Amino acid sequence: MTLDKSYLEYPNRRHGMDHDLYDWSCMQDRKPVQWPGGAKMALWISYSLEFFPLDQPAKPFKAPGGMVTPYPDLRHYTTRDYGNRVGIQRIWKVLDKHDLKASAAVNSKVAERYPYLINKITERGDEIIGHGVDMGKVHYGGMDDAEEKALIKESLSTLRKASGQPVTGWWSPGKSESFNTGKHLTANGVEYSCDWGNDEMPYQMNEDAGNIWAMPHGDEIWDRTIIMDKKHSEREFVEEVEDAFSVLYDETNEYGGRILSLVLTPYIMGQHYRIKYLDELLGWIKGHEGIWSANGSEILNAFKKQA
Amino acid sequence: MKPDLELYDYWPYEGRPKITWPNGAKVAFWVAPNIEFYELNPPVNPKRAAWPRPSPDVLMAGSRDYGNRVGHRRVMDVLDKYKVRGSVSLNIGLIDHHPELIEEAKERDWEFFSHGIYNTRYTYEMDEAQERAILEDSLESVMRATGQKLAGYLAPALTHTERTIDLLAEYGFLYSCDLFQDDTPQPVNVKSGRLISMPYSLEINDIIVYNAYLGTPRRYGQMIKDQFDQLLVEGADCGTVMCIPLHAYAVGHPHRIRGFEEALEYITGHAKEDVWVATGREIAEYYYENYYDACATDIAARKGG
Repeated sequence: MTLDKSYLEYPNRRHGMDHDLYDWSCMQDRKPVQWPGGAKMALWISYSLEFFPLDQPAKPFKAPGGMVTPYPDLRHYTTRDYGNRVGIQRIWKVLDKHDLKASAAVNSKVAERYPYLINKITERGDEIIGHGVDMGKVHYGGMDDAEEKALIKESLSTLRKASGQPVTGWWSPGKSESFNTGKHLTANGVEYSCDWGNDEMPYQMNEDAGNIWAMPHGDEIWDRTIIMDKKHSEREFVEEVEDAFSVLYDETNEYGGRILSLVLTPYIMGQHYRIKYLDELLGWIKGHEGIWSANGSEILNAFKKQA
Repeated sequence: MKPDLELYDYWPYEGRPKITWPNGAKVAFWVAPNIEFYELNPPVNPKRAAWPRPSPDVLMAGSRDYGNRVGHRRVMDVLDKYKVRGSVSLNIGLIDHHPELIEEAKERDWEFFSHGIYNTRYTYEMDEAQERAILEDSLESVMRATGQKLAGYLAPALTHTERTIDLLAEYGFLYSCDLFQDDTPQPVNVKSGRLISMPYSLEINDIIVYNAYLGTPRRYGQMIKDQFDQLLVEGADCGTVMCIPLHAYAVGHPHRIRGFEEALEYITGHAKEDVWVATGREIAEYYYENYYDACATDIAARKGG
């Protein structure tokens, strides 16, 4: 077996990226931004409320956190549901204690099944961001375009109707997109996506991606990444987020406002034995001068005013 | 397939010709930042998929692109702070995509070695002409962009054929980072010319520690310090080589850079009689000049015993 000669052809070997979805630039070369009130650091907390169907399809892949054992996997179904019932209550209490705002990424199935959660999020003043229909319906390259359009419409219209919020942010289930996701999102009134983990500041993507804004979404200090994937302890999670905060906080002296994006999963961080570590961490962060607690839209709007 | 490519002979660690690095240093220390480019939608290699998900795998591709947008400068700043010149493991395509990063490394007198054209193009199943084309592209592109004649090679994504090592020697490369059998450089058996294996690392490689050992950033720093301490002791008997391979998309994250920085501060805080901070090429050239012949003679004389 040998490789076709096209394997050594590089039609997209050129300046910048090898695609037109967005342009390349070094974050450190960009114009510094100022956050409201002269804050050094925007603290963006988001949490996800997800429905994992028992009959979650395995193709093209299962979104992380999904079913593992043969059907019916009550074990994973109920441990995920724990987050929607118990874990989220603990996270809300800690956020209240530290007077922090948040963005809530919600599957539209959650809004249909548990209206309590939508009412509670709205009452708290947290921003709802679209999180697809449910965790069994991922967006992916090569999917049927009409199917993707329908999923996006269903998710957004359900969430908007249930909450009365404009819902201008989006996080695809499993952080997976097709080549068309950005275009379909902006056609449906979405302004920003959390799916591309390639930056620590907002940037606007190109026409091929619907000119959507990419927001930094803390993929590497996500509780899922550190605790579930890397198997680090709660104490280590706190240490790592504190290190991230300290580095970014120091960099604000040279580069202007920065963002600490902390993504929380209620069925992970909302466990009884973990929640006190979140409390400790957020207390430590709040002990610094110049912290601006904001949701995704607020951060993006402040950024766009200076872009 | 063969049971062994016989690229090197067994050579007991004990009783080798003693290596002493410049200034009498016991450890030759180098840092190899991988500056990589991962294509969003590369052609398919039958032996390995570039991404776990259908293209566009925004999660994985985005995480790699982070290195060139964000992490790189953080890594470079730390190397500057401790006066370490990087030996860049370079996906050659990046010269075209991000020449700005190449210029910054050139200004710092960093070395470039080839890490294939893209980290999404694998050597598996290439015929000889194709593999030669990769090496010729590498030599020509790096010379044009930097004026450097390539000395080192690390196969893209560590993908090889049976002929890779022979071809490196034929094209005049000085060292290969593809072999992990030892903590000192050593002559490699090649059909023509000369080549040495240069200690790189798949142990204190940031990717391995974070993703295979699932190590915390602080543990990574501790592992680096512990390795250095051990190689410093052993280096008094026979000079050792220590390489820290880095990836800006991994170590360049804000929760990780401090743990690494502490380790770099520790190593570079040692006297020049202990540690020689160098580049891959400098270590290779010093070795060829002073030890290659003695080591090759010793290996031949001991016949594995």
